Amino acid sequence: MTAALKRRKEMPITPLSCPTVGSMGKTGFWRTFRPEINHSKCTRCTLCWVYCPDAAITRQEDDSPKIDYDYCKGCGICAHECPVKAINMQREEE
Amino acid sequence: MTQTIIDTANHLAGYAAKAARVKVIAAYPITPQTTVVEKIADFVESGEMDAEYIRVESEHSAMVACIGAAAAGVRTFTATSAHGLALMHEALHWASGSRLPIVMAVVNRAMGAPWSIWPDLSDSLSQRDTGWIQFYCADNQEVFDTIIQAYKLCEDERVFLPAMVCLEGFILSHTYAPAKIPDQEKIDSFLPEYKSGWILDVNRPYSHANLVAPEWYMEFRYMIQEAMENAKRLIPQIDREYGKFSGLEYGGLIEKYKCEDADLIVFTMGTMGSDAKLAVDRLRKEGLKVGSARVRVYRPFPIEEVVKLAGRAKMLTTIDRHISFGMEGFLASEIKASLFDQKDRPLIAGFIAGLGGRDVTSETIERIVKKSLKCMHTGRVEKETEWVDLRE
Repeated sequence: MTAALKRRKEMPITPLSCPTVGSMGKTGFWRTFRPEINHSKCTRCTLCWVYCPDAAITRQEDDSPKIDYDYCKGCGICAHECPVKAINMQREEE
Repeated sequence: MTQTIIDTANHLAGYAAKAARVKVIAAYPITPQTTVVEKIADFVESGEMDAEYIRVESEHSAMVACIGAAAAGVRTFTATSAHGLALMHEALHWASGSRLPIVMAVVNRAMGAPWSIWPDLSDSLSQRDTGWIQFYCADNQEVFDTIIQAYKLCEDERVFLPAMVCLEGFILSHTYAPAKIPDQEKIDSFLPEYKSGWILDVNRPYSHANLVAPEWYMEFRYMIQEAMENAKRLIPQIDREYGKFSGLEYGGLIEKYKCEDADLIVFTMGTMGSDAKLAVDRLRKEGLKVGSARVRVYRPFPIEEVVKLAGRAKMLTTIDRHISFGMEGFLASEIKASLFDQKDRPLIAGFIAGLGGRDVTSETIERIVKKSLKCMHTGRVEKETEWVDLRE
C-alpha cells in the first residue's frame, strides 16, 4: 500500500504488494555478525545465493557471490550452507 | 440437449464441476463427501474433464491449494464435510480475505463428539463468519444448479467471494433421484471462462493479502461486507437468468411456498424445506393458512425478504437442524434479529430438530406447525426453543 492512497474507493479489494528493493528501509544495521567471503576458497557453487532469505546476495557474471551489506541482516545462513567454509561471520565492530 | 440422469447429489456435484469447466480440484476424502471427489477423479482420469486434480494430505492443504490455484487465475473446486471443514477453518478466512471465487460443496455432517456421520448443519453453520457465501439445497437438482450459479455469482467483480454449496449427507449425498443436466453450450454462455481480477504472474510479480496496518484493515473488511450486499442483490437475478434455459427457479434467496395469505410461515433450511411443503399442503387441506419459507441463502442473510414475509404473518416457526449451544438455533436468532426493528412483529417459536441425522418428516413438521398454531391462538410462545422428539 502506498501512503498516497487515501480513499477507500481507490483501494484494491485485497492488498497487493509489488517487490521493490528495501521497501521497509535499509535493514543492514540490524546485523551483529557480518558475513565475509573468502574468494580464494569460493567454488562459485551459488548455494549462498540460493539460500539467502533476504536476496541480499547477488550473482556476478562469473557466478561469484556479492553481498549487499545495506540489506544483509547477518543471519549466517550463507556461512552455514557454504560447503567449503568460504564465508566467515565476523562480529561487527562496536 | 438437456440430458436427464438418475444419480446421487454427490455425483451431481461432480457433474456440476465438470459442466462449470473447473480447472483445478484439490480435495481430501471424508464421509459423506467422498463420492463427490471420486466422481471428479473419474472424470479427470478418463479425460472427460480437462483439469488438474491435486491430491493433498489434509483438508487444510486442499483449501490452500485451491487458494493458490484461484490466485493463479483459474476456476477451482473442492468439497468436504464436518471435521474436514473444521480443519479448513483458518484457510477459509484466507480465501475470502484474498477475494478468491472458490466454490466448495459442503456435504453436511454432524460434528463429533460423539462421533456421527449423519447430517445436521452444525459443520457449515460454524463457518458462518468466515466471509463465505452459503447456499443450502433441498434436492439433487438444486445441488447441480446452485454450483453453476455459485460460480456465476462469485466470479462477478462486484462480489469476488468464495461460496459453499451445502447439501445434507445421505439425505441427498447418497440418494438417487432424477436430475436434468442442461445443454453444455447453454451453460458455457451462462458461465464464460473465469477472468480473474489479478493473476499471479512471474513476469509481473506481486503478492496479495499480506500485512496491512490498522489504518487499512477496516476498509478491507468493509469491502467484504459490501460484496455480500451485492451478492444479495445478484442472487435472485442469477437464479432467474439460469432458470431461463434450465426451466427451474429457486426463488432466489428464499424459496417461498403458499406464503401470500399465510397466517403462519414455517422457516427451514435444506431438505426440511421439501418436507415443509408437503406439510403445508396437508395443513391447507384442513383449512389452515400456513406457508413455507426455505432460506436458500444463509450468508448473505436475506433480512429484507424475511421482513416482507413477516409483514403478512401472525406467527413464524423456525426449525433448525443446528444448535448454538447456550443460545438457540442460528435460523431462529437471525430471523428474530431481522425483525427487531419492525413495529408489528409476528410471534416466533423456535424448534430444534433432526440433529445428527434424526429423521424429520413432513409429519414431524405438521406436528411442529400445529403446536405453533396453538401459540398463535393464545398469543403467547411458552417455550422459546423446543427440542423436537427428544427422549424424556
